[in-house]
Amino acid sequence: MDHGAPLSRRNLLLGAAAAAGVPALLAGCSSGARPSAGGASASGGLGTVTLGSNASDEVPKKSLATVLASFHSAQVKVNTVDHNTFQENINRYLKGRPDDVFTWFAGYRMQFFAEQGLATDISDVWREIGGDYTQAFKDASTGTDGKQYFVPFTYYPWAVFYRKSLWRQKGYQPPRTLDEFTALARKMKADGLIPIAFADKDGWPAMGTFDIINMRTNGYDFHISLMGGKESWTDPRVRQVFDTWRGLMEYHQPAALGRTWQEAAQSLQQKKTGMYLLGMFVAQQFPENERDDIDFFTFPEIDPAHGTDSIDAPIDGYMISAKAKNVDGAKALLKHLAQAAAQNVATGLDPGTLAASSKADTSGYSTLQKRGAELVSKAKHIAQFLDRDTRPDFASTVMIPSLQSFVGKPGEIDSLLAGIEKQKATIFR
Amino acid sequence: MAVRTRRYSARDVTVLVIGLGVAIVVNVGLIWGPTLASVGLSGTDWNGIGPLRWVGGRNYADLAGAYPPFWSAVRNNLLWLGFLGLVATPFGLLCAVLLDRRLRLSRLYQSALYLPVVLSLAVVGFIAQLVYSSDYGVLNAVTGLSVDWLGDRSINIWVVMVAAGWRHVGYVMIIYLAGLKAVDPALKEAAAIDGASEAQTFFRVVFPTLRPVNVIVLVITVIEALRAFDIVYAINRGRNGLELLSVLVTENIVGEASRIGFGSAIAVILLAISIGFIVTYLSQLFREE
Repeated sequence: MDHGAPLSRRNLLLGAAAAAGVPALLAGCSSGARPSAGGASASGGLGTVTLGSNASDEVPKKSLATVLASFHSAQVKVNTVDHNTFQENINRYLKGRPDDVFTWFAGYRMQFFAEQGLATDISDVWREIGGDYTQAFKDASTGTDGKQYFVPFTYYPWAVFYRKSLWRQKGYQPPRTLDEFTALARKMKADGLIPIAFADKDGWPAMGTFDIINMRTNGYDFHISLMGGKESWTDPRVRQVFDTWRGLMEYHQPAALGRTWQEAAQSLQQKKTGMYLLGMFVAQQFPENERDDIDFFTFPEIDPAHGTDSIDAPIDGYMISAKAKNVDGAKALLKHLAQAAAQNVATGLDPGTLAASSKADTSGYSTLQKRGAELVSKAKHIAQFLDRDTRPDFASTVMIPSLQSFVGKPGEIDSLLAGIEKQKATIFR
Repeated sequence: MAVRTRRYSARDVTVLVIGLGVAIVVNVGLIWGPTLASVGLSGTDWNGIGPLRWVGGRNYADLAGAYPPFWSAVRNNLLWLGFLGLVATPFGLLCAVLLDRRLRLSRLYQSALYLPVVLSLAVVGFIAQLVYSSDYGVLNAVTGLSVDWLGDRSINIWVVMVAAGWRHVGYVMIIYLAGLKAVDPALKEAAAIDGASEAQTFFRVVFPTLRPVNVIVLVITVIEALRAFDIVYAINRGRNGLELLSVLVTENIVGEASRIGFGSAIAVILLAISIGFIVTYLSQLFREE
């Protein structure tokens, strides 16, 4: 064997590396895995519109497909991504190669991306569809620059839910004021019930309680301004909110930080708990034949100056990305989605939602949906829920840990609020 | 007349350059590049969209001064390391020693202890929830307690570490078991003839011969402690008492929050801790050689 052998062995190795290693590396670098699902298609004059959808659950997915089947002006290609994944990757998605139209949320969360120049102004669409929406919905679709960027599709209100049969049997009445609410809770406790079902393992359900107590105590304007980072968290008005909440804590279901909202909703369904402040999706945890037994009341008045004029009712809808290729087609699609008929298809299939259009036909609604629509129509202000009304980084990295820490130790309010204010200063600057 | 011998031919040099070059490019591109990029990003307040803006050490100041989850994450990571190193690993060694004595049904014990190792920690997290949940968990149901094992932040880290330790024990056990099988029985016989007690034989004779295995186990333990992530993420996304540095990095960078600069600063801290262990380990290794 001469010394040519080792060299050729090396060459062989190199060859192998070039043949196998390098392409494998390249393949690893390319950001494949663009999830896709078959989309509804219809021929039309406006080419193809792509739609990024977070409707990964069966019911919303089916309802979207049904809605799109009646859209004929352009072909729609739907890319469905898992709900949470879609939400968590929204930054990279909008920066990268977004679809023309994408599902998103109203309020600050929409404004945040509109402000960064990642959404297309659709004020011209609104000139056509504006008459179908109330002012509250239009405000929720308007960016900080006064232009519209969002088309509301469906929404669901937050309220205090209970079982009619249980309440009839025990003779409970929906409370109107905080005192009546506390008295009711005390009575439930005496009757051996846990008055208020509560869960905050996932971090967000407690936001609903904070929102509503803040809006009842300090009003909608203060709430939004606080969410926008313009008020101090050490303000006595904020302290008041936590004081009120702490007063109610003894009536809340204990060990909330280890429980999911589904488990808390089941305790309501099993009549172990008396009432539960949650979104209308609570109904999902009830068997079909018991859903007519669900009723709700809006969180009672705390300060007569504000009454019960505000509620949380997060709106889901659609936006056009700034990088959209087929803007005309996308706008036509948004107009289609804004139609009452399209939204009615969705509310018919998904009983946990309500149509955003005021022209929607409510005759097909379930009892619960009708009550929900009535509640929202009475509200003067509609908030979008804490994590949609403020910066996403503030909501997820500051408010979730802080509210969980309050739920764990309701006594330490001052240090908690000082901590939130300090962290707020590091985010809103 | 010095005969200058060319030690490398042109072909050798080419091969060397390509061979080393590829390795260096891969190493720099996949390891050092991202590492230095993280260090660089940790000095900015980049949100993934807007322009890069240099903020110096502000992220680190915010971390230490105005981000309560950070200190609890540091504490939890150290607890995790301490628990795995001082409780789970010695227990795994004990199991290995006992099983090595060929007890009756030792195969059965061995399988039972090793079983959790084949599960991913995320799955262990789900199992932990079935055991510890305050409403439907096995533990409360059997004992009649009503403790909120996973929600109470003063105890949840401990019960989760027990779940993580459950898996770690099996892992360590199987490694030690392999090591013990390789120990020359003559050593033990010699020790017995010299009148050493059972404990003396183990600590003075057998354990020192396990040295290479010990090093591997130590490295595995440190790695497991620093990369712990999936189990707490599966349980409650690493919040409320279950914070870990790895979770905070993810929470800040990957989530909707997109505080990439801030998250990078946390990643750099994690890197610094890891490097501390790596340097100690390597210097130990080189000193021996």
